[in-house]
Amino acid sequence: MSFGHALLGLLEEGPQHGYELKHRYDANFPGARPLPFGQVYATLARLHRDGLVDISAVESGAGPDRKLYVITPAGVTDLERWIDEPTPVGLVRSELLSRVVVALISGRSPDAVLDVQRAEHLSRMREVTERRRGADLTGAMACDFELFHLEADVKWIEHSARRLDKERARHAKKEAR
Amino acid sequence: MTLERETDVPAFAATSVGPLIESVDVRKRFGSTVALDGLSLEIAGGEIVAVLGPSGSGKSTLLLCLAGILLPDGGDVRYRGRSLASVPDAVRTRLRRDDFGFVFQFGQLVPELTALDNVSLPLRLAGLRRRDAIDRARAFLGSLGVDDVAESRAGEMSGGQAQRVAVARALVSRPRVIFADEPTGSLDSTNGELVMELLVSTARRQGSSVVLVTHEPQVAAYADREIVVRDGRLAHAAALV
Repeated sequence: MSFGHALLGLLEEGPQHGYELKHRYDANFPGARPLPFGQVYATLARLHRDGLVDISAVESGAGPDRKLYVITPAGVTDLERWIDEPTPVGLVRSELLSRVVVALISGRSPDAVLDVQRAEHLSRMREVTERRRGADLTGAMACDFELFHLEADVKWIEHSARRLDKERARHAKKEAR
Repeated sequence: MTLERETDVPAFAATSVGPLIESVDVRKRFGSTVALDGLSLEIAGGEIVAVLGPSGSGKSTLLLCLAGILLPDGGDVRYRGRSLASVPDAVRTRLRRDDFGFVFQFGQLVPELTALDNVSLPLRLAGLRRRDAIDRARAFLGSLGVDDVAESRAGEMSGGQAQRVAVARALVSRPRVIFADEPTGSLDSTNGELVMELLVSTARRQGSSVVLVTHEPQVAAYADREIVVRDGRLAHAAALV
């Protein structure tokens, strides 16, 4: 997740303070962790240094100065390039896969690992399905995103369980000869 | 307007507090093929249970046994504490008509009838007057967002519309149990989500139990819990062997 590009996207709607940006980020990316204020200001400082945002006004008050940030034309170009390019596809390093492999090579039951994980995944999928009901558009899309990824994991779990069954049957047949 | 449960099958009147349906060590063979190999489970009133498993695992056979459409070769299926095998076939038929509703993957609507007539059919069979049945069916189609196809026949509807009409027909008589076998199997994910939302929200509102056979995890996620069938047994039991 590129926080910088998310903030640029939010700034395209108009000048905003860091405080507003943090809350709008949390509301628009409900699947992500709430953004710490420190990260918002550090990211805005970097974007300012790189010429992607500008400070259009500074309001002084009782507390620290409040800077009003605005996206620059270079920021818009950078945002468009980021949106248009494909997201890198890499092999997900899965702890689940590691657990199954370790269970298998150590003579333990990989089926038990798969069964426990299926239950865990479906429990999470129930929560997300419930949350999707009544969610706004971005919330529903975030829920869909999580559900489709969890579903892929569950399909892998099912496929692996069948693969293990087949392997056991093949082994038993070989032993019987 | 609600449908009174005057048509409850007397042989299956509630006798005790316990599971609504239970299978006890159920076994079923087709020739030399073992479909169910000693499967036990309990389903409470109002509970939604997903039955997951790969093709050929026995999950649809389990559904047919729980609904009394197939009788097991061994073990027992009990509905409200009474063995389905212990009653005459005619009583099981009444049970399926009055207490159970069914949603399948496709092809369940009577093709010669309009959506309205399809949905009012279970109400007519339950003894409602034609006028009342039609009124209730029309209201039910409206609540599922398909009142615009009330006068259409199955062949004139989209797959999503036909499946919503099928859900309406299964639920309109407020059955105690809905048996759904791959209810979204012929639909794209958007229509699948819509059908599941309608099926589950209506079942919960009416207090119906749902036995939901599926191989799709996102569909299973609508249930309160899931069981996994593999080679005719619960997966957890299989894993211990």
